[in-house]
Amino acid sequence: MRPADKLVRAAAGFQCQIELERAGQIADCRSILSLLTLGATQGSELVLRAQGPDADEAIRVIRLMFDQQFDEVNVEQST
Amino acid sequence: MLELQGIAVSPGVAIGQALVFDREGYRITRCLVAVGEDEREWDRLVDAVKQAYDKLEASRQSTTAKMGERLGNIFSAQQQILHDPHLQSELESLIRTKKYSAEYAVSEVFTKYSSAFKKATSTFLSERAADIRDVERLLLEGLTGQPMATLKQLPHQAIVVSHDLTPGETAAFDREKVLGICTETGGPGGHTAIVARGMEIPAVVGVGNFLHNIRSGDEVIVDGHLGRIIVSPDEATRNQYLQRRLFRQSIATQLEEIRDLPACTSDGVRIELMANVEFPNEALSCIARGADGVGLYRTEFLYLGHDQEPTEEEHYQAYAQVVRDMQNRPVVIRTLDLGADKMGMTMLADPENNPFLGLRSIRLSLRNPALFRIQVRAILRAACLGDVRIMFPMITTLDELRSARFLLRSVSEDLASEGKHIPCAVQVGMMVEVPAAVLMLDRFIDEIDFVSIGTNDLTQYTLAVDRSNDSVADLYQACDPAVLRLIQRTQQIASEKKKSTSVCGEMSNNPAYALLLVGMGIRTLSLAPAAIPILKKAIRSVTIGQCEAMAWRALRLSTAREVDAFLMNQLAGLVPEIVLQA
Repeated sequence: MRPADKLVRAAAGFQCQIELERAGQIADCRSILSLLTLGATQGSELVLRAQGPDADEAIRVIRLMFDQQFDEVNVEQST
Repeated sequence: MLELQGIAVSPGVAIGQALVFDREGYRITRCLVAVGEDEREWDRLVDAVKQAYDKLEASRQSTTAKMGERLGNIFSAQQQILHDPHLQSELESLIRTKKYSAEYAVSEVFTKYSSAFKKATSTFLSERAADIRDVERLLLEGLTGQPMATLKQLPHQAIVVSHDLTPGETAAFDREKVLGICTETGGPGGHTAIVARGMEIPAVVGVGNFLHNIRSGDEVIVDGHLGRIIVSPDEATRNQYLQRRLFRQSIATQLEEIRDLPACTSDGVRIELMANVEFPNEALSCIARGADGVGLYRTEFLYLGHDQEPTEEEHYQAYAQVVRDMQNRPVVIRTLDLGADKMGMTMLADPENNPFLGLRSIRLSLRNPALFRIQVRAILRAACLGDVRIMFPMITTLDELRSARFLLRSVSEDLASEGKHIPCAVQVGMMVEVPAAVLMLDRFIDEIDFVSIGTNDLTQYTLAVDRSNDSVADLYQACDPAVLRLIQRTQQIASEKKKSTSVCGEMSNNPAYALLLVGMGIRTLSLAPAAIPILKKAIRSVTIGQCEAMAWRALRLSTAREVDAFLMNQLAGLVPEIVLQA
């Protein structure tokens, strides 16, 4: 729940459309319910996609969040 | 006014305010709003979202202060759910396009998400369903302006209206608050029916989908005699029911006067009026109603709503209490009469395509001798305390009866060899509920002491009608000539061998039908305790000749409709004081 919450908050800071895909199912990163419905757990394989003006930056930040396992990442600093 | 037909499972009439519960036991209002009112519904929802958000914010701050940010963040995730764009657009479309009330929309959308999560294999997700339910509850509380009523704590006296009720919910009922029960699903053998009858709460089940037509606070009449539900009754209908209630109160005093008199026809033929009971504590109300004994002690409650099989001691205590309270009056204990699906014991419950034709009742007991022996041991032990008789349900073949008797004998020998005191002879009876048993009764009759006709199942199996199926429930008529012929044959075969025949189905609750049975030669009727006084009144008002003449003519009619009309007409002529003139 906490990672999903953080993802949604991070996604809200970008203009681009951000999606996560798991086993053919696609979730909108702005929707916590949609993310939760993916049923992703530690070790699940996910594909991250972004489309829009700040897409590259969004991918970089969200990737970093995953890499650091959502542990107290200071998103502001890393952007 | 909206009239709906369901299955009457617990007699009585209740008039009161509806309290509508959805599947999760919350109160909700499933209804549509008029065109043009959708804007108002949307505004209400927006307000409720804001209120809920503020409440969560307060919880988040106080939890963070007390227990740190990690726990506080649980609430921030719930805030995210509230503001979820997908959720918002789904709610908006239900309200603006489909004209759902705000409550209905919230309930629909949240139920969709939480059930998707519950189905998920990961425990993580299935636990998230609870978070979603929390948010839903907050929203609904905001919309209705009051805490969600739960079945355990009803805010006021009400008629409980629900899709279905779980055993836990019905067990928690407050008899003072629950005036009546009405559910969309369920059948006569379900736990809702059993508990409602035991608590004498008027109930109608199996009404079909109607929750979208009723709001909490609507006036509802539950007619547990006719299986009818009336939502927002018009003036005339309400008055008619209120008049009936007055009428019942006025005859109640007359009935009180004859409580301690025997149920004899005016020319002196004694009819035994026994009671059907579900729970041990009902024995006292049987005495209060002047019952001659317990003609059917259903033992299913011991198995319902428990994950584990009842122990011998639990069985024994439940039986002993009734036997003691009945003070030497006969008590007929029926062994388990459930399908495996109803018992909550997953190991016994292989899914069946056709449960009524499947492994249930005596078949289930014989297939699980360990379980059956426990019950039989307890019954035999309780038999030392009074006049206990044992009855096997749903006997279809002679082999079943013999196997059951064999087990009874072996249990009795076990008890004797353990040095336990057991009575020398316990009467053994069989229920006649399957047409095959009627056709073969001349072979059964020498191997039993009494028969009891279970008209509910006999009707269902004879007419091939599942009465919990709305589409065919109208075909279910205990007074169908085919059923009457089977009853007649049973009575004739038993009386030739001087064995007693009783009728313990719901048919006996109706005085008109009961007088017909008396006219057919039945001398023992077993019925709901609450129905005993009025039947006694009817019996004391007629002669046996009048009943016999009634039976003679009824048996010559050709359809259930003709029989029913004829009997009701006869009752009005013979015992006008118990029939309310329209």
